[in-house]
Amino acid sequence: MAQYPNDNDGNALLALIALADENATRQLGSVLAACLRPLDVIALSGGLGAGKTTLVRAILHALGHAGEVPSPTFTLVQLYDLPLGGVAHVDLYRIADEGELQELGLDELLQTHLCLIEWPERAAASLPAECLTIRLAPGESDQARVAHFLGNPAWRRRLASLISGDG
Amino acid sequence: MPVLRILGIETSCDETAAALVEGTPGGKGRTLSNIVLSQLKEHAPYGGVVPEIAARAHVEALDRIIDEAMRKADITWNAIDAIAATAGPGLVGGVMVGLMTAKGLCVATGKPLIAVNHLEGHALSPRLVLDCPFPYLLLLVSGGHTQLLAVEGLGRYRLMGTTIDDAVGEAFDKTAKLLGLGFPGGPAVERAARNGDASRFRLPRPLIDREGFDFSFSGLKTAVRNHVGEDEAWPREARADMAASFQQAVIDVLSARAGKAMDDFARRKGAAAGLRFVIAGGVAANAGIRASLEKAAGERGFTLLAPPPALCTDNGAMIAWAGLERFAMHGADDLIVAARARWPLAS
Repeated sequence: MAQYPNDNDGNALLALIALADENATRQLGSVLAACLRPLDVIALSGGLGAGKTTLVRAILHALGHAGEVPSPTFTLVQLYDLPLGGVAHVDLYRIADEGELQELGLDELLQTHLCLIEWPERAAASLPAECLTIRLAPGESDQARVAHFLGNPAWRRRLASLISGDG
Repeated sequence: MPVLRILGIETSCDETAAALVEGTPGGKGRTLSNIVLSQLKEHAPYGGVVPEIAARAHVEALDRIIDEAMRKADITWNAIDAIAATAGPGLVGGVMVGLMTAKGLCVATGKPLIAVNHLEGHALSPRLVLDCPFPYLLLLVSGGHTQLLAVEGLGRYRLMGTTIDDAVGEAFDKTAKLLGLGFPGGPAVERAARNGDASRFRLPRPLIDREGFDFSFSGLKTAVRNHVGEDEAWPREARADMAASFQQAVIDVLSARAGKAMDDFARRKGAAAGLRFVIAGGVAANAGIRASLEKAAGERGFTLLAPPPALCTDNGAMIAWAGLERFAMHGADDLIVAARARWPLAS
C-alpha cells in the first residue's frame, strides 16, 4: 500500500460536465466506457440518489454486460466478467472504518479488476493516486447534475474526446 | 419419521445467530431456542452505515451465541442429529466463519453437516411455524433481497421476479437517511409515515405496468432525493409527507407485482390444492405493506401467510429448519463444501 499516496495528489479538475437529466448521465457512461482500460480505478462520489449507480450501470452495459446490475450496497462487491476483462462494482456505503477494507479484499481487487467504486471517501487512503474521480453534484434543476472529473495528466489525455465534447 | 433436532448457524450478513429446532420434516417444528446478536444499537450513530460487516465480529460473538442457544434449549451435543450452517449467499467472510465453525463442531462431535442456502432458509421458514404445504408463492423482501419465488417443493424453486437494482429494504434505509429519520430505515420511515399525507408528493411507481415480475427501486430513491435536494432544514411535516408518499409508492409496486404473480401462479397451479402467498424478510414487518398484500391476496382467493417477525429477519431457526428438511430428504453434506458469495436459489 506504500506506493499509494493519499487521493488527489497531483490530480487536477479536468472538466465539469453538465448533465440535464438521468438520460444525460447514461450517455456520459457510454462515452466514458469507451475510454476505459483494464485495471483502471474510477471513484464515483456524490450523495444518495446523485446518479452514481446510474452511471455505473451505463458503463457496464456499454462494456458489454447484458442484464441486471444489482446494487452492491448489501454485498459490497459485484463482479462482472466482460470482454475488456474483470470489472468490480464496489460500494463502500456500509464501510465504517478502513480496517474493514482488508477483509473486503479491496487491495486484491485493485490489482485484478477494473474497479468502479462508489462512496470512495470511505477508502480514501487505499485508492491509487492515478485513479479517476468523478464527483456528481446537484445541478440547476432537480433532475440535473454536474459531473466533476478529477485526475492526473494521463487522464486528461485519455479523456480528451470527452472533455472537448463538452461545449 | 423420528423427531430430528438440528443446530442452525447464520452469519451471512450482519446478524450472528444460532438456534435449536426440533421437528419432523413436512410437519411443523418447534423452536427450542433462537439467539440473534444484532449490532444495530451500536451503529445507530452512523445513521445508515449498517452493522459491522467484518467477519471478525462474527468470530468474536459466534461461540457465545451457540453456547447460549444450547443452554436455552437445554440440550446436549449428544441429543443433536446434525449441524446446519448458512453456506451462502452473502458476505463471504461472514459465511466462512459460520461454516468453518459448524465444520469444527461436526468434527469434534461426530455429527453430520448440512450446508444451507440462506435464501432457502427464508423460503422454507413459514413451514416451521405454520401449516404451509407446497406449493406456495413467496415474496421475500429484505435489506438485501427482493424476490418472487414459486416454491414448488423442497429444493424446487422457480424465480419469477427479482429487483434489477436496489432491494426494497435498501430503498427504505436510504430514504430514511435522505429524510434524516435514523436507522434502521424500515421502522423509521413507517413511524414517520403514520402522520404523513401520502398524496402530497408524486413519486414514480417503477416497472409497475411492465411485463414480467421484476422490481426496481433505485429510481424511487432518486426521486425522493430530487424532492429533498440538499435541504437539511426540511420541516417535520414535509418529512412525514415524504415518508408516507414513499411508503405508498412501495406498497403500490409490491401489491401490483405480487398480485400479477399470484394471477400467474393460480393459472399454473389451479385453486384445487389451495392458494398460499407467503411474505418473508424484514420488510414484511411493515404494517402498511402487509395490509395491502393481504388485500391483494384476498381478492385473488389466496391465503396470506407470514412468519412472525423473529423468523422474518435473519435468524438461525430458519437455517436449522431448512437444514432439518434437507437432512431428512438428502442426508448430510460433505465437509469439504465451500462458502459461496453467490448462490442463486433458482435459475
